[in-house]
Amino acid sequence: MSEIRSTIADFIAAEILKDPNRVIMPEEALISSGLIDSFSLVDLALFIEDSFGVRIDDSELSADVFDSLDQLVDLISRRRDSSS
Amino acid sequence: MNNTVAENLVHSFREQPDKPALVLQSTQGDDVIRFRDLVYGAASYVDAYQRAGILPGEAVILLLQQGRELVEAFFGAILHGSIPSIMPFLTEKLAPERYRASLEALIGITQPSALVTYPEFRNEIEKARHEGDSVRALLISEEIDPVSEFELAELPGLSRKPEDVVLLQHSSGTTGLQKGVALSHQAVLNQVDSYSRRIHMTDEDVVVSWLPLYHDMGLIAGFMMPILMRSKLVLMSPFDWVKGPYRLFKSVSDFGGTLSWLPNFAYNFCAQKIRDRDLEGIDLSSWRAVINCSEPIRWESHEMFYQRFKDYGLKREALATCYAMAENVFAVTQGGIEQPVVVDTIQSAPLQQEGMAVPGQNGEGVLMMVSAGTPISNTKVRILDERGDDLPERHIGEIALKGESLLSGYYHRPDLTKDAFHDGWYLTGDLGYRVGDELFVTGRRKEIIIVGGKNIFPQDLEYLASQIPGVHPGRVVAFGVYNREIGTEEIVIVAEVDPEHEARRDAISREIRSLINQGSDVAVRYVEMVERGWLIKTSSGKIARGANREKYLSMKGE
Repeated sequence: MSEIRSTIADFIAAEILKDPNRVIMPEEALISSGLIDSFSLVDLALFIEDSFGVRIDDSELSADVFDSLDQLVDLISRRRDSSS
Repeated sequence: MNNTVAENLVHSFREQPDKPALVLQSTQGDDVIRFRDLVYGAASYVDAYQRAGILPGEAVILLLQQGRELVEAFFGAILHGSIPSIMPFLTEKLAPERYRASLEALIGITQPSALVTYPEFRNEIEKARHEGDSVRALLISEEIDPVSEFELAELPGLSRKPEDVVLLQHSSGTTGLQKGVALSHQAVLNQVDSYSRRIHMTDEDVVVSWLPLYHDMGLIAGFMMPILMRSKLVLMSPFDWVKGPYRLFKSVSDFGGTLSWLPNFAYNFCAQKIRDRDLEGIDLSSWRAVINCSEPIRWESHEMFYQRFKDYGLKREALATCYAMAENVFAVTQGGIEQPVVVDTIQSAPLQQEGMAVPGQNGEGVLMMVSAGTPISNTKVRILDERGDDLPERHIGEIALKGESLLSGYYHRPDLTKDAFHDGWYLTGDLGYRVGDELFVTGRRKEIIIVGGKNIFPQDLEYLASQIPGVHPGRVVAFGVYNREIGTEEIVIVAEVDPEHEARRDAISREIRSLINQGSDVAVRYVEMVERGWLIKTSSGKIARGANREKYLSMKGE
C-alpha cells in the first residue's frame, strides 16, 4: 500500500507539478483543489495503468470517485485484488 | 433570405423539423435534438424570459454546462430577442469566491436583466447579486415549463433587425469578462456565409466538436455555424474529452465526421495520450478538414498528429489552419482547403532581431512557419507598422482587419471600442507577416497568454498571487512560455519574496500555485521565487512582463 502511494506521490510531484520536493499528504485533495489540472488527469491514469496493471476508466477521473492519494490507492488495491 | 439568426432557425424548423440539429453526447449516451425539439425547447425559454419581464435587447447570462439546457436557453434568448452570453460554468476545482468575483465583474459591466442556472447553483449565484443591480430575474433551468403550443410568427426575436446585437462573447478571467465582444445578427450571418463557402461546407457535412461554447471557436465553428447551415453536429463536453481524448476519434468514426476545429495543443495531446486499444476499429477517412485554430500553429504538432493517426485513415490533406478571433465573429483567414497548408522556412535570427521573415534553408537556425491561410471573402487584412502604415511582404507588424463580420463594439465599453480601431481598421494586437495573400502569425503585441486555446490575462494571475502574505502587488509577474512537447504555453509566475519571509519561500510558492489553480481557469506550471529587486520595471514603475520573461528564460539557460 505505502509503496503504491509513494510511487504515485513521486509521479505527481515530479511530472505533474514539476516540484519534486513537494510532499503530498495521503488525505490531501488532488482534483477538487486543482492540484492536478484537468489536462494532467489522463497522464495520471496512463501512469497508474503502466505501473500497477489496473485500468482507471476516463469516466472515473473525477473527485467523486477519488480525490486523495489514499482513495486512489484503495481503488487500485481493490481492482488488483478482484483481478488476481 | 434570412436576415437574422432567429429567422434562420425558424426557417429550418418550418422546412425540416425532423432533421437532427445536433447530437449531444455525454457519458450517459447520445441525445438527438431535431429542429422541432430545438425550437420548442427554445420557445419554453422565450416564454420564461417574457414572464420574467425580460425585454428584447437586454442581456441574459447563461451559467450552464454544455448540455441541452444551455442549447435551449441560448437559442431561447435569440428567439426572444434578448442577448445571450455564456459564462464558463463553475468547475470542481474553482474556488466559489473567485467564481463569484468573476460573476460580479461580468454583471457590473454587462448589466444583464436575467441569469439562468441550475437549482443546486441558485444560492451561489444569489451571493453575487447586489441591491440595485441590473438583474431582475434568476431563472432556474428545471423550473422552465415546456410549451406545447406557441405562435411561431409572434416570437419577439423575429422583430430584431440585422444590425441589432445577437450575442456577447467573453474571454475568461476577471479582465476578460469585462470585455464582452458584441456581435450583430448580420456580422454572424456574414461570417457563416463567407466562412462556410471558403471551407465548402454543406448540409452533408458532419461537424464533430468537444469545444466549449463560451469560446468563439466552440460557439461559432462548433455550434452556430453547423446549426445555421443545417449540417450535422455531434457535440460532446470538453470535460469528457479532456479525460478521454479518444472520444473525439470514436465520434468521427461512428458518425462519419468531416470537419473539426482544434487548438494546437490538442494535436499534441491526442497524439500522446491515446492508447492503441482505444483506437481499435477507428476509421478517420471521412475527416476532410481538421482545422488548427485559436493558438499559434506549430508545424511539429501537425506532424505528430498525422504520424499518430495516419494508420487509422487520417489524410494528410485534412490538416488545415485558420486564424480567428471573437472580434471578427470567428475566422479571419483559412488555409489548407483547396491546397496543402503553406509552410515557410525562415531564419530565426532576423525574425527576432529585425522583425523580418527571411527565407532560410532547412537545418540549423530556421523556423518552420505554418501559414494561417488567406483572408475569407468579406474580410481584409493589413500588416501595419507602429505608425499605422502598411508594411511590405515579409516584414513583421501588427495585424489589422476590416470587413463585414467585425464586432459592433465591446459591450458598454465605448472606451475600449475606440482604442481598438485605427481609421476604421480593427487592431488585433497580434503580430505577423504576409507572403502574397498568405498570413503568418508570429506573436502578440498584447501580453495575453494562450494556454490550450484559452486567452488568459496575466494581470488576473498576478492579482491572485499578490493575495498571498509575503507577496506584494507590483512584485510578481505572470507570463507564458511555449513548451514544444505539449504544443502550448505554460504559465510561469515569478514572485519576489520579502527577506522576512525567506524561510517560507517554498510554502509561499505552493500557496501561489494553489490559489491560482483554484482561482482561475488555468493551472500554473512553474513558480519561481526570487529576491527583492530581481524583477525589471518600466520607467513608469510598471512590471515589464516581456523583459522579465527574457530574464527568467536566460536564468534557466534557454
